[in-house]
Amino acid sequence: MTATWPWLAIAAMGAYHGLNPAMGWLFAVSLGLQERSRKKVAGAMLPIAAGHLASITLIVALVGWGATEIGPRTLQLVGGSAVAAFGAFRLFSSRLHYRWVGMRVSSWDLVVWSFLMASAHGAGLMLFPVLINLPVCTTVASSSIGPSAEAIAQTALWVVLLHTGAMLAVMIPVAIAVYDWIGLGILRKAWINVDKLWAATLMGAGVLVLVA
Amino acid sequence: MALWKPDPSFYPSARLASQAPPERLAYVVTFDPQTALGHSKTGKADSLVVVDVDASSASYGKIVGRLELGVGNELHHFGWNACSAALCPYAPHPHVERRYFIIPGLRSSRIFVVDTKPDPRNPTLVRTIEPEEVAARTGYSRPHTVHCGPDAIYMNALGAPSGEGPGGVFLLDHDSFDVLGRWEVERGPQYLAYDFWWHLGHDVAVTSEWGTPNMVENGVNPDLLLGGRYGHALHIWDLRKRRHLQTLDLGAEQQMVLELRPSHDPTKVYGFVGVVVSTRDLSASVWTWYRDDKGWQIRKVIEVPAEPADPAQLPPALKPFKAVPPLITDINLSLDDRFLYVSCWGTGEFQQYDVSDPFNPKLTGSVRLGGIVSRAPHPKAGALNGGAQMVELSRDGRRVYLTNSLYAAWDEQFYPDGVRGWMTKIDANPNGGLSVDKDFFVGFEGERPHQVRLEGGDASSDSYCYP
Repeated sequence: MTATWPWLAIAAMGAYHGLNPAMGWLFAVSLGLQERSRKKVAGAMLPIAAGHLASITLIVALVGWGATEIGPRTLQLVGGSAVAAFGAFRLFSSRLHYRWVGMRVSSWDLVVWSFLMASAHGAGLMLFPVLINLPVCTTVASSSIGPSAEAIAQTALWVVLLHTGAMLAVMIPVAIAVYDWIGLGILRKAWINVDKLWAATLMGAGVLVLVA
Repeated sequence: MALWKPDPSFYPSARLASQAPPERLAYVVTFDPQTALGHSKTGKADSLVVVDVDASSASYGKIVGRLELGVGNELHHFGWNACSAALCPYAPHPHVERRYFIIPGLRSSRIFVVDTKPDPRNPTLVRTIEPEEVAARTGYSRPHTVHCGPDAIYMNALGAPSGEGPGGVFLLDHDSFDVLGRWEVERGPQYLAYDFWWHLGHDVAVTSEWGTPNMVENGVNPDLLLGGRYGHALHIWDLRKRRHLQTLDLGAEQQMVLELRPSHDPTKVYGFVGVVVSTRDLSASVWTWYRDDKGWQIRKVIEVPAEPADPAQLPPALKPFKAVPPLITDINLSLDDRFLYVSCWGTGEFQQYDVSDPFNPKLTGSVRLGGIVSRAPHPKAGALNGGAQMVELSRDGRRVYLTNSLYAAWDEQFYPDGVRGWMTKIDANPNGGLSVDKDFFVGFEGERPHQVRLEGGDASSDSYCYP
């Protein structure tokens, strides 16, 4: 069991980002509507996923490096504080106003936008409490030898692929369904504000890591 | 405060917004001309008044609320803190409320932030931004247009604190209403300012030209006018990079290029702009700007000729011409981009055009209210002075609201007996045609009304990122 739940959580968070309009599918749909082309919707998926993946990779790489270089206890302290602090910032500060791109975007613009959006959202940070519970991290704590750099890199790769894959698996059907059948009127009812809940969860998760 | 769901008045597209429920309240800014012109230090306070526009209500057509905002501001245009542009995909913040009015004083350069909740009939003042703050942060003065953008509140101003130019665009923060600074990174040859709006789907902004504060605040200057010195061009900008792209010059005889109405459909790239007067023949006109394979273009699509008149009935400045200029001072475009409404403040004529083909408008309706010579009456009030001027249109395109004052210093030149303020309502037939609502007439005593905004949004308050 202990080996399965972190992976489920990583996939579930990817699926959640796939569902969140602000993380990408809405942008993809708008680009399609602007050109009256479903191809444009599909074409936006990979750049958006790539930007998201890059943002996640940054955190995963930092955790991987931390696990071997600074040790699990310090990693827990530093990472937990960072996650809690970011959550608190998002919870108590006023809303951020992004002014990164416009409506006429290249694929590269989309990659950058998605990277910034995921980073500002704390998408990677939310993974931190899960990552430190992966076997490669926990074995560092329980054995004097520790896993090889190769094992860590391999796990890291699976993490980002699974997370981004789950995001795409949700984002693609949602975008196509909204573009083809549902229509954007759905935004008025279904775009629930989870900003503060998300921020509070980040903060709580960070604190849990610190006290665990 | 953040909401759980998007503000119910936000719509992804103009098409969806046109199905919004009818407005029950209209907000109108008013000012006292005596204090605006400095003829008096005390007078009636400039106000935001609330008018009941719910036909089923006992107080239909009556002023049901008023917020006084001090004297000498000359409240003119105003706008919401947030609107449907908050749903734009690249900078989404769908859970902010459409709640605050940003109301600039065109004379005083003060900016008022007014809360329309919890009681929409009794708005309250929550913040006053002093002209010094605007000047220090932007270098601008005489703030004019307000548009809620995807990423900030956009405003523009006629000029600099000295009364010279350049005028330009500046930003306010959505939440704090702090003045963020000047918008332009590279303004090119642009110097004059009046209105601004955008094609969000194309990352393009458009600005128009009136005159610097020094050119307008003491009344229209005949030398400047006949010399073709008032604004006669549009400016096209890269909205994202904030750079000037191109000037579209209509020709020096086309004096005062004012209200900009880009297509509401963000996939389209055309819009309409009104020109007040041609120095060649006193006609007024509407032009369509657009982009084709060769780049940005502009073309005259409507021309309203001057009407011959007995000089005895004309104000001194117009007597030699023996004609009334139509003076197109405001226009408005329905959310379906189908009907264009045109106010001819000089003749009092109010026109409706079918602009399904934006290059071939067809006149589909016309009524007269006021006018320099005609003084066309309202069934409820008799002969009117001033003329059809600021026009606002409901989201469903069925109700039009008009007020009759232009600008304190200019009102007297065209209506020497002074403009007695009024607000009227016109019913628009969805298939074309106009009729004056006989039961709706709001008279103003000692104050003049200017722009009208409708509860939940109207045809010039919101911009959309989706077709």
